[in-house]
Amino acid sequence: MTGYALRRLGGALIVLFLLSVLVYLLFYVAPGDPARLACGPRCNAEQIRQVQDQLGLNEPLLTQYLHFLQGVVSGRDYSTGTGVLHCHAPCFGLSYQNDQPVTELLSARLPVTASLALGAMVLWLLLGVGTGLLSALRRGGTTERVLTVLTLTGTATPVFITGLLLLMIFCAYLQWLPFPTYVPLTEDPEQWAWNLLLPWTALALLESAKYARLTRSATLETLAEDHIRTFRAYGVRERTVIGRHALRGALPPVIALNAVDLGAMFGGAMLTETLFGLPGIGQLLVHSVRSVDLPVVVGAVLAIGAAVVLAGAVADVLYALADRRVTLT
Amino acid sequence: MSDLQETGVWRRLRARPSAVVAAAVLAVLALFALGAPLLSALEGQDPTTYHDSLIDSARGGVPLGPYGGIGADHWLGVEPGTGRDLFARLLYGARISLLVALGATVVQVLIGVTIGLAAGFGSRFVDTVLSRFTDVMVALPMLVFGVALTAVVPADFPRPLLLIIVIGLLSWGGTSRIVRAQTLSLKKLDYVAAARLGGSRPWRVARRELLPALAAPVITYAAILVPMNMVVEASLSFLGIGVRPPASSWGQMLSTATTWFRADPTYVLLPAACLFVTVLAFTVLGDALRTALDPRERSRLRVGTRGGSRGAERATTKGAAV
Repeated sequence: MTGYALRRLGGALIVLFLLSVLVYLLFYVAPGDPARLACGPRCNAEQIRQVQDQLGLNEPLLTQYLHFLQGVVSGRDYSTGTGVLHCHAPCFGLSYQNDQPVTELLSARLPVTASLALGAMVLWLLLGVGTGLLSALRRGGTTERVLTVLTLTGTATPVFITGLLLLMIFCAYLQWLPFPTYVPLTEDPEQWAWNLLLPWTALALLESAKYARLTRSATLETLAEDHIRTFRAYGVRERTVIGRHALRGALPPVIALNAVDLGAMFGGAMLTETLFGLPGIGQLLVHSVRSVDLPVVVGAVLAIGAAVVLAGAVADVLYALADRRVTLT
Repeated sequence: MSDLQETGVWRRLRARPSAVVAAAVLAVLALFALGAPLLSALEGQDPTTYHDSLIDSARGGVPLGPYGGIGADHWLGVEPGTGRDLFARLLYGARISLLVALGATVVQVLIGVTIGLAAGFGSRFVDTVLSRFTDVMVALPMLVFGVALTAVVPADFPRPLLLIIVIGLLSWGGTSRIVRAQTLSLKKLDYVAAARLGGSRPWRVARRELLPALAAPVITYAAILVPMNMVVEASLSFLGIGVRPPASSWGQMLSTATTWFRADPTYVLLPAACLFVTVLAFTVLGDALRTALDPRERSRLRVGTRGGSRGAERATTKGAAV
């Protein structure tokens, strides 16, 4: 088991390394001139040359990439003309906009993204697993058909449409909820939850459709298995059969999918954060793309990529742990 | 196509009312998109002219009149802030949404089939390299990468083409995996072995023996890709990095609508309804096509295998844009 987990995580690290090469090549080598972007629109040739020196853009490509990797692993120093600015590990460079280390920018936004992701997760698990279970137990009936249509609708609706409709209903028409502004949990827990309720709901409605389908199919599979029939034949109460045994069979895939989704969310829910104006990692990426702030783009993409790739590895390990029938190779 | 008819695919598709309705909706939509210049000429409007007289500048540019200025001149009202005609903008938006969704699917299928065939049919080394490459591509958060890629492309590059390329290049992994798996199992069949032993070159075997057999699974998967791509296009445009004004797409309109949802609900509801109905129609049709093309699906008693359902869920995971 430990061996499998280590191999799977090792594989994830290799993917991450390849990702860093790919991202680096794409953004620093392809079109455009990083020095011109870093310097700003009103720079003359002399100033651009200075920036090139500072950022080491005249060195061979491999050297540049190694410096970048070194920065990620152990930090890096930048000369600012007047002094030296140390960028702590993991260092993804400095923002072109305000010379702030990318890592600081990212970590300042992590609480927002984490609040959004974790709250939404609780909602989508309750909603999705509940719906899926109900749909599996009422197989063939009207309830199942209604639930199938609802989950299909849920998947077909992009999150910004659901979000806009929620805003129109609860914010503009009924005026029950404020237009979301992020209030830190440590400052005012009640306002924190109140403001995040709409974004959580929008995300949960989208995600829960997936969980409903997964729970439904997994529960049906388990219910068709021999040991369930044996339990029933022994006269175990139906509530116990479903609550304890059928649900257990449905759990491994749900746990695995949840790990993947949570990883993606931690990388930032770009659309949700943009719609509701939440200053999370996803919004940071969108803003930095609009202002062509390459170090922030690269840092955010790598951070998000890391979250997603590691979550995938964790999901596989969790799946294997939760389901004894999976043979490990 | 004759292969498909013989297996009764059309008959089975027609037997499902939901599939027929979805196909009809999409046919109407395609007509609207193709006839956009004609229809907006019929209305007497175009998608880019500003109508300052139709918006209330004292209230920040909210359209005058009820429901976003719906009337005889402007059938679906005008855009808040600019007064551009909404009917025309929705029609031209449909063109972009469909063009990008279908174009990106073509790119994905071409790349996916090529790489999948090469991996399944090539040497073990080729297979390993290509399969690992596919793994990396599948692991990438597609929307994140799409967003980031647009940062390094010059601003004057045509946006619909850029969207087709970006979406197409980033998510061919699923197609490639399916084609590889199919090729590996087809390779073992006698008729393929016969063709190889008969001295046909690999390329000829791939084209004449394998490709026809790959049609059904590839079509099935492509049908799922279309609505996904449509959502990705709308998402990128919603984030302000896809289609930009004065051009319109439904996602771009929804992006502007975020500032107007209080004052002008019509402006939110129209593009949202268009996008929702189209994506739903494509999804329903794709689902029906999958059922019609898969003989096993005919049995209502079928209980999916664990691996199968999990694989399917994995494939949809990437589609969810958050």
